[in-house]
Amino acid sequence: MKKKYCKLAVILLLGCVMCLGSIGQVWAQKKGGIMNFVVPAEPPSFDGHRETTFALIHPIAPFYSVLSRVNPDNPSSPTDFVCDLCTEMPTPTNGSKRYTFKIRKGVKFHDGSSLTAQDVLATFQRLVFPQEGVNSARKAYFTMVEKISAPDDETVVFDLKYPSGAFIPAVSMPYNFVYAKAKLDQDQHWFEKNIMGSGPFIFEERQAGAFISGKANPNYYHAGKPYLDGFKSVFANKQSLRVQAIRGNRAMIEFRGFPPKSRDDLVKALGDKITVQESDWNCVLIVTPNHKKKPFDDPRVRRALSLGIDRWGGANALSKIAIVKTVGGVVFPGHPLAASKEELQKIAGYWPDIEKSRKEAKRLLKEAGHENLSFTLHNRAVDQPYKIVGTWLIDQWSRIGLNVKQWTQPTGPFYATLRKKGDYDVSLDFNCQSVVNPLLDVGKFISNDRSGNQYGNYIDRNMDQMYDEMNQTADPAEQRKIMRKFEKRAIEEQANAFVTLWWYRIIPHRSALKGWKISPSHYLNQDLSGVWIEE
Amino acid sequence: MGELRTTVEVRKAAELAEAEDIESTSRFTLKKAFALMHRQPLGTAGLFIVLFMILMAIFANYISPYNPVENDFMSMGAAPNGEHWFGTDQFGRDLLTRIIYGARTALFVGFSSAFIGATIGLVLGVTSAYFGGYFDLLFQRVMDIFMAFPLIIMALAVVTALGPGTVNVIIAITIPFVSRCARVVRSSALAIREIPYVDAARALGFGHNRIVLRHMVPNVMAPYLIMITSFLGQAILLEASLSYLGLGVQEPTPAWGLMLQGGAEEYAESAPWIAIFPGLAISLAVFGFNLFGDALRDVLDPKLRSR
Repeated sequence: MKKKYCKLAVILLLGCVMCLGSIGQVWAQKKGGIMNFVVPAEPPSFDGHRETTFALIHPIAPFYSVLSRVNPDNPSSPTDFVCDLCTEMPTPTNGSKRYTFKIRKGVKFHDGSSLTAQDVLATFQRLVFPQEGVNSARKAYFTMVEKISAPDDETVVFDLKYPSGAFIPAVSMPYNFVYAKAKLDQDQHWFEKNIMGSGPFIFEERQAGAFISGKANPNYYHAGKPYLDGFKSVFANKQSLRVQAIRGNRAMIEFRGFPPKSRDDLVKALGDKITVQESDWNCVLIVTPNHKKKPFDDPRVRRALSLGIDRWGGANALSKIAIVKTVGGVVFPGHPLAASKEELQKIAGYWPDIEKSRKEAKRLLKEAGHENLSFTLHNRAVDQPYKIVGTWLIDQWSRIGLNVKQWTQPTGPFYATLRKKGDYDVSLDFNCQSVVNPLLDVGKFISNDRSGNQYGNYIDRNMDQMYDEMNQTADPAEQRKIMRKFEKRAIEEQANAFVTLWWYRIIPHRSALKGWKISPSHYLNQDLSGVWIEE
Repeated sequence: MGELRTTVEVRKAAELAEAEDIESTSRFTLKKAFALMHRQPLGTAGLFIVLFMILMAIFANYISPYNPVENDFMSMGAAPNGEHWFGTDQFGRDLLTRIIYGARTALFVGFSSAFIGATIGLVLGVTSAYFGGYFDLLFQRVMDIFMAFPLIIMALAVVTALGPGTVNVIIAITIPFVSRCARVVRSSALAIREIPYVDAARALGFGHNRIVLRHMVPNVMAPYLIMITSFLGQAILLEASLSYLGLGVQEPTPAWGLMLQGGAEEYAESAPWIAIFPGLAISLAVFGFNLFGDALRDVLDPKLRSR
């Protein structure tokens, strides 16, 4: 009998400890305060469906809700998804071809109107089946979707053409801001210039070139959140300014990433007042020749450009001065679908012998009649890693006899050139993805009438076919096999566009900032609802 | 008959004035040059700095120890040493080489914008003074609008509209120079307009172009030359500022302002030479042009010459 009581007492004690622990955790999250953070560039527009840049996500994501998202408490996981506006992550039915989402009740947009399944439907219709003249950068991620419907105000149904493991990651991308149907019905472009969501923060003020600020949404549907009273995202395109802002406590964090030198400087100067979080980064710079411009319509010229780059040597050196580190193919390195080092070294441009590569590059250029080719490398006016990698590429190409100049543009005009004007020779584009989901992430390499964010202006139906095959097979071995063929065609045979180096994310932030966890993407976990300041 | 004699006399007077101008120019000898150098030691120092820079820019290919754009990952951020006298930047590029080549960018942008800006300003200023009246009034108000903007703001606005690049930087720097030169030159030209030989030229039936370009412009060359030299220093500084802000010439082109950007800021503590040497080059160039410009003003301005 005594033993029984003892056991009961122990269980009760443990229960009390656990309860207190969880209460303690709640208490640890402090309310109040305005968090300043720095952003290296201004958003080209406010439309998350159209844009592909951190410059949009960092200042704008806190204003919006999404249907589902990567678990904010476990953002490094590529498989842990939780609901935001939905009530429960759906289990597929109809042979894994139907996903039914139930939508939260009582959610309000910041203008006071109710958010229903009709708004979610209008949002995904715009993302998956954009009207003519509407640019959806993520259209290619939803090729498996056949139909979307909202039978009532609390239910959204996605019917797929085929079962796809890539669907939930696609739905959970942080750019899929849920927009008000009423606004979209008025003007499909309304959200390019206006901000009105249902997220944890309400848009407060924007001063062009200076900052965007938001205040806490008192009607936010995740109880108790957000913890902050507000935030201010301050634009500073010079890295030194951003580092100094953190050092001088004028900003708590920059969510994109700093090079190793800045991390070391901050740690040396601030000691335990700085916390550093690091992660591999699902981001890569891609050299994109404009196939509509001669001589870049010639695969020999494109292949020569790739062969001229010493990726193995560059990775070692550039990782000391820039936020790049890893040599890889089209798939995020380390992922099961990624090429191994041995596989990579068989691809032209990745051969371990750089002299052999450069000799072949010169031969190809001579054969194509462009031995002393001069052209301009179009680049984004952002130091890390664009301008650093751009300068390195120009040096690399000079070693195969090419004369290359650099033309940099701020983020807005940079995209305008890529999307509308198209008057560039070769551009340094990027493939930065949120959720690590290689089957869809490689959508950048398919034909531009399907991709939505491929700016090389090429159509390659072989690539499209392989992309579809990969996405329609459930066998990982088969997926891997097709991915190798896809990769070889993309970066060697056709060299439609070729990757340089994968990024490495280093986030030194003020230790007083709590509740934010690093992920392999600077797009994830940015709604700031779980962030608080402990000072 | 009397009327005819008057016309002949006036024509002779005008020709004499022209001849006198030419003669006074040709009497500038080496001896006088040395005397001038003795009288203007600071100006002479400025002249030597300017000449040194020009020679450096012209013979950059021959005197530079390395290729200015070649990365050398074995020497990244090396401190000044026997191989790299000024050290290397974060890409391992030799700083001395980049400073030597950077003189080309500085001088090309400096000379181009100063010469074009001052020359357009010269013609516009003299024309405005010559015609006077409503034309002058209206033209000066336009110049006022341009002059209302500080030099760097105006240049920033222009380069933002046109985009970065060497040619656009030259245009951006040239535009604010035009109004400044036009204003100064106009004030000199107003006095010249009242001198009888201009009336004489007009009486002889010379066209506006001939009067402005052959009779008035040569007589406002002093302020024009002074403006050019003062613009040179400013243009170099502006080019460096724009490049520093990422709006000027682009990597990997060697340019002093650009060398102060990026790596120089990031490595200011651990590799200060990346910022120090380009900074010194900019300071020295501006200093040289200012000294030379001041001396030139002292020599050419009759009021200062008599002191």
